[in-house]
Amino acid sequence: MKIKGAEIIVECLKKEKVECMFGYPGGVVIPIFHALHNAPFKFILTRHEQGAVHAADGYARASGKVGVVIATSGPGATNCVTGIATAHLDSVPLVVFTGQVTRQQIGNDAFQEVDSTGITRPITKHNYLVQDIKDLAGIIKEAFYIASTGRPGPVLIDVPVDISKGEHKFAYPDTVHIRSYKPVYEGHPGQIKKACQLIETSKRPVIYAGGGVVISNASKELREFVMKTQIPVTTTLLGLGVYPETDRLALEMLGMHGTYYANHAVNESDLLIAVGARFDDRVTGKISDFIPNAKVIHIDIDPASVSKTVPVDVPIVGDCRRVLTQMIEQIKAPKIDEWLAEIDRLKREHPLTYERNGDDRIKPQFVVEEIYRQTKGDAIICTEVGQNQMWAAQFYKYTQPRTFISSGGLGTMGYGFPAAIGAQLARPDKRVIDIAGDGSIQMNIQELIVAVQHRLPVIIAILNNGFLGMVRQWQQLFFDRRYSHTCIDFAPDFVKLAEAYGAEGIRIKTYDEVAPALQKALAITDRPIILDFIVSREENVYPMVPAGQSFKEIIMREMLA
Amino acid sequence: MTAPHDEDIKQYVISVKVENRFGVLARVAGLFSARGYNIDSLAVSATEQEDVSVMTIVVRGNDRVIEQVKKQLNKLIDVIKVSDHSDMPTVERELVLVKVNAPPNKRPEIYQLGEIFRADIADISQKTITLGVKGDPDQVQNFIELLKPYGIKELMRTGRVSLLKE
Repeated sequence: MKIKGAEIIVECLKKEKVECMFGYPGGVVIPIFHALHNAPFKFILTRHEQGAVHAADGYARASGKVGVVIATSGPGATNCVTGIATAHLDSVPLVVFTGQVTRQQIGNDAFQEVDSTGITRPITKHNYLVQDIKDLAGIIKEAFYIASTGRPGPVLIDVPVDISKGEHKFAYPDTVHIRSYKPVYEGHPGQIKKACQLIETSKRPVIYAGGGVVISNASKELREFVMKTQIPVTTTLLGLGVYPETDRLALEMLGMHGTYYANHAVNESDLLIAVGARFDDRVTGKISDFIPNAKVIHIDIDPASVSKTVPVDVPIVGDCRRVLTQMIEQIKAPKIDEWLAEIDRLKREHPLTYERNGDDRIKPQFVVEEIYRQTKGDAIICTEVGQNQMWAAQFYKYTQPRTFISSGGLGTMGYGFPAAIGAQLARPDKRVIDIAGDGSIQMNIQELIVAVQHRLPVIIAILNNGFLGMVRQWQQLFFDRRYSHTCIDFAPDFVKLAEAYGAEGIRIKTYDEVAPALQKALAITDRPIILDFIVSREENVYPMVPAGQSFKEIIMREMLA
Repeated sequence: MTAPHDEDIKQYVISVKVENRFGVLARVAGLFSARGYNIDSLAVSATEQEDVSVMTIVVRGNDRVIEQVKKQLNKLIDVIKVSDHSDMPTVERELVLVKVNAPPNKRPEIYQLGEIFRADIADISQKTITLGVKGDPDQVQNFIELLKPYGIKELMRTGRVSLLKE
C-alpha cells in the first residue's frame, strides 16, 4: 500500500518513538502538518522557529533523547539556523525537518526558497536534501542514528514539497549501515593501561570533566573513578553536575569565570585528565601558560577534539562511560595527600564571594543562592547568556547531570527560556528555572504564551540590572568605562508583560522579598512565573581571567576592593 | 584557528575517498575555505568502484591546521578515507594544455620541445600552437617554463591525481 511522503515522515517518527515534537507551519510543509494532525505524539507550536529549535534542544539535553523540529522553507529554515548552530557547538542530538520548494523549482529563486542544506552545512553533523521519495524513510532512519551516536549533533532533512505530496510504500529499515561512519566506543586497552600508569605515579592530578560526561551518561562512573582515586574534579560549564559540587573533591567550574581553586589547581597540576571536554578557549585562556607542568590524558569520542589546541600525551578515543568503566577495573589510587591538603587550603582561602552591602539593591548572586536554597538544589536550571549564566554556574551547586542547561559553545542569548520549555516537557516531575538577564529574556519572550498554553510552570528569574551586563563589564574593565549601547533600562514592565500573557509576574526589590517570592513561585504549578529581580546595576562576575590571558592574570573581587 | 604565517607554510597533497554523491564536494571544500585556505588544485576522479570518488587536493598550510582539517574531513559522514600523500611515495600525473605563440620561424623549436615531452599537438592556428602534455607535476612545470620565452597565450592545468605506490 502506498502512502504519502508526509505520512511516511510521521510513520518514521512513530518508529523512532518520538514523544514530543516542536515546530511552526508554513506553505511547503502544509502536507506534513496535514499528516501530523493525527499523530500520536505531542506537538508544541512555538511562536518562532528559533524557539522551536531551542525547545527541542532543551528537551534533548534534559532527557537524553533526540529533539525533533519541523519548519517551513526559506525564513522558516533561516530562523532555525541559530538554534541548529547552538546544538552543533554543544553536541546536542536534533533532527530538524525543513520544507523545500518543489524539486523542479529548486534553484529558481522560488517563493520562500533558500538553499537550506547549503546554509546549514557547517553547522550540522550531517544534512540531506531528499531527492527521491523512495529514499525518504532510509534518510530519516540514518538521521536519527547519526544525530544520536558518536559525538551527537543536529541533522537536517530538507524535504521538497512534491516529495511530501508524492506516494510510495512505507518500509522502515531495521538497521543502519554507513560504511564511512563508525564511531569508536571502546577505549584502546594499551592506551588505557598507559593512562592508568600515569595516574598512579602522578603527584598533583586533576580531572577536567566536560559535557561529554553528561552526554555519555557517565556521571556514575566518574564518581566511582573519583571514589577510587581521590583525584579532585573540576568541570566545564557544560559539565556542571556530573560530579557533586558539594563534595570535598569538587573544584567546581574552571575557566574564565571559574573558581580560583579550580584554575589554580589545573595550572599547578602535573597531570590533567580531560574527560569529554575539548579545551575551549574560555577554559584554557592563553594556551602556552595553561598547564605549564602537566601531562595530559584526553578521553573523548571525537578524534578531532584530541590535540586540537593542547598537545595530548595519552589520547583515548572512545565513549567516556565505557572508557571510565575500563579504567575503574584496573586503576590504583595515587599518593596525593599533600596535593589534597593544598586543594583544601585553596578552597578555604579563595571561596567564591560577593559583597552583600554597598548598594541598596539586591546582589544577583544572592538571588541565585536563594534559588538553590529554596529548590534544595533539586531543580533544572536553564540560563541565558552573559552575567546571568556565569552567576547561575557559580552560585547554584549542581549535584546531578542534566540539571544545568545552557548554551556553552555558541553563547546564544535567548536560548534559556525556550530550552526551559523543552526541559519542562521532558521532565514534568522537576521544577525548571530559567535564570535570565533583562537583555536575553527579550530575545525569545514570544514563547511565554507557549508555556501558558501548555500550563508549564517554568520560572523565569530575571536578574534585571538594566544593562547588557557582560558586555558592560568588559567595557568597564577593558574599554575605558564607555558603556556604548549597553544600557537597556528603557525596558518593558516585565510584571505587566507576564500578566498580558496570562502568566504570573512578581517584582522583587529588596532582600527580604527574595525568598517569599521564590516560595510563591514554587507553589504555582499550572502557569509560568516571571520573577523580576531588580538587582545591583554594575555588579561584575569574578573571578575573571581576561580573554586570551593566563591564570596569573586572574582578577579577583578582593583585588579591586 | 588563524590563517597560516608565511614561515611554516608547506604544500600538502591530500587524497580523500568519498561517497559519490551530490554535495560532498561542497562539504570538503568548505572545510578549507572556512579556514581561509585557498585550494591550489583539486581533481575529482572516478575510481574502480562506481559509488566512490577520489578527490586529490593540493593545498598550502601549516602542520597544525592541516592535521585538524584532516580530522574534520574524517568526521564528514560521506568521507570514507583520508590519506596524506605529502611525504609518501606516490605516482602523480597531471595534464596541461598550453596555447603558445608560434610564428613560422619558431615552430620547429616548439615541435622539438614538444617531442621531448611527448606532447600532443592539440591545435594549430596561424599564430599559435596548442600542446597537451601529461606527466608528473614537476615535468609539467618544466615544460611550461621552457615554453614561457615564446609567449604563453593561455594555459590550463587539470590539477594532479595521486596514487600511493605499492
